[in-house]
Amino acid sequence: MKNIKYLLLRRVTQIGLLVLYFGANAYGWTILKGTFGSSLLFGVIPLADPYTTLQVLATGFVLGSDVLLGALIITLFYMVVGGRAFCSWVCPINMVTDLANWLRRKLNLDKEEVNYRFLKRRARYWIMVLGLIVSAIVGVAAFEVLSPITIMQRGIIFGFGAGISVVIAIFLFDLFGVKNGWCGHLCPLGATYSLIGKTSIIRVKHDHEACTACMECKIVCPENQVLHMINKESISVTDGECTNCGRCIDVCNDDALGFGIRSFTNKTKH
Amino acid sequence: MANSSNNRRKFMATTLQSVGLTALGGLLWSGYTDEAKAAKLILRPPGALPEEDFLKACIKCGMCAEACVNRDTNIDKETGKQRPGTLKMAKGGDNKLIGTPFFAPRDVPCYMCDDIPCVPVCPSGALDMPSLLNAKKELDINKARMGLAIVHKESCIAYWGLQCDACYRACPLLDEALTLDYQKNDRTGKHAFLLPIVHSDVCTGCGLCEKACVTEKPAIFVLPREYSMGRAGDHYVKGWDKKDQQRVGERNLNKIETKTKRSEESPMDYLNKGVEY
Repeated sequence: MKNIKYLLLRRVTQIGLLVLYFGANAYGWTILKGTFGSSLLFGVIPLADPYTTLQVLATGFVLGSDVLLGALIITLFYMVVGGRAFCSWVCPINMVTDLANWLRRKLNLDKEEVNYRFLKRRARYWIMVLGLIVSAIVGVAAFEVLSPITIMQRGIIFGFGAGISVVIAIFLFDLFGVKNGWCGHLCPLGATYSLIGKTSIIRVKHDHEACTACMECKIVCPENQVLHMINKESISVTDGECTNCGRCIDVCNDDALGFGIRSFTNKTKH
Repeated sequence: MANSSNNRRKFMATTLQSVGLTALGGLLWSGYTDEAKAAKLILRPPGALPEEDFLKACIKCGMCAEACVNRDTNIDKETGKQRPGTLKMAKGGDNKLIGTPFFAPRDVPCYMCDDIPCVPVCPSGALDMPSLLNAKKELDINKARMGLAIVHKESCIAYWGLQCDACYRACPLLDEALTLDYQKNDRTGKHAFLLPIVHSDVCTGCGLCEKACVTEKPAIFVLPREYSMGRAGDHYVKGWDKKDQQRVGERNLNKIETKTKRSEESPMDYLNKGVEY
């Protein structure tokens, strides 16, 4: 039986957070209120999404200090500790795209992959910048109008309505369209966290000596360009696009991968 | 050498493609977003900034709606259970900007809580607390201007001469925001009309009147103030009211005089010219 330790931990975290948010509305809990856009932890600590905050600022509105402080706290947390962990440990869309990915493998769709040349992984960074420009032009936080992430989260807290169609669209796009299409190519929030999380200290480490080059990690990784060192070098995965999801660690049968702390002493060895 | 110029050409082409696709995406995205925010007949929570600014400022966190539904007073007195909240978060299919709070008084009106739980929780400033503070710096829900109730006379049964004062009795600012005008009913010769009159300087737009209205489709209903109010403009001043002169202030002739093609001619000429519509 394959190890699913980190997969389970992530699902517990993702669903647990949604339960807390849901309870805040349904039962008046005060542990974690609001949505990802802006939340309140334990009734005191403000949290806010950095990209949403940037979009609102781009419209020209001077935001309240709670949101600015909240965005700073979140930014520092992922910059120093978590890396791009929001995407795999918090974001509810991750469960949708993971399901699509798993089905792709089961249905052998990966093998028949069409080469969508127009869609590059760097598209998300263009979209991230574009979202800010459109926010400034139209005068409303532009990504928030169609973000499947907050639509899904609000759907769970307040009820979906027709918003469920956006979530289904993402699922179908990732399943039948581009592999890792949403999280790995388009999502500007993921792009933001990729940039923020570049410097974090929690990193996946690779032990080249133990590796048997089975490449299970590369098959399961949603951002497998970050695993360029597999069976080549014993270094950390330092690319900001790594979501620290730990699936590679789960599927590795050789103990060649594991979470570790980024080493600052030896630059060449990371 | 040939290779490097090849690379440069490829780089130029892919850059051009990226810029082009980004421009295309930007056009589609702007168009969609502009349409998505266009729904304007929408009632916002108390203290909300003017709609344009509100749409910029709202971070769609839903804390106002959560505070609204979970307030202590939101208990059904008969069943002892929690009632649905006034504030809803716009969903896909509501045809309102998704994720923003609104209320529909015919379903659930605003009950005008004294402590206004929905406003202080707003982290972004989209719900502007200072606008709801009175002279003593206390929260005062009567300062809210969520909308303005208007009466459709032809469907209001009180205007038919039937005895109904449901809206008047439902109004939390009874006899201030909503008064009854007593008039003689000439049809019967011995009854009175009790006509509801809304006063826009007091009405908060809570919608309790709309909720209480007995007609099939409410004859009194709340619209955003921008849509339920007119404006006389600077042409007209109440000469008998000293304060009204202040409203107009120093009249700027350039600003208030109507300028059309006709007004370029002398009055004698254009008055004799006849009118084309």
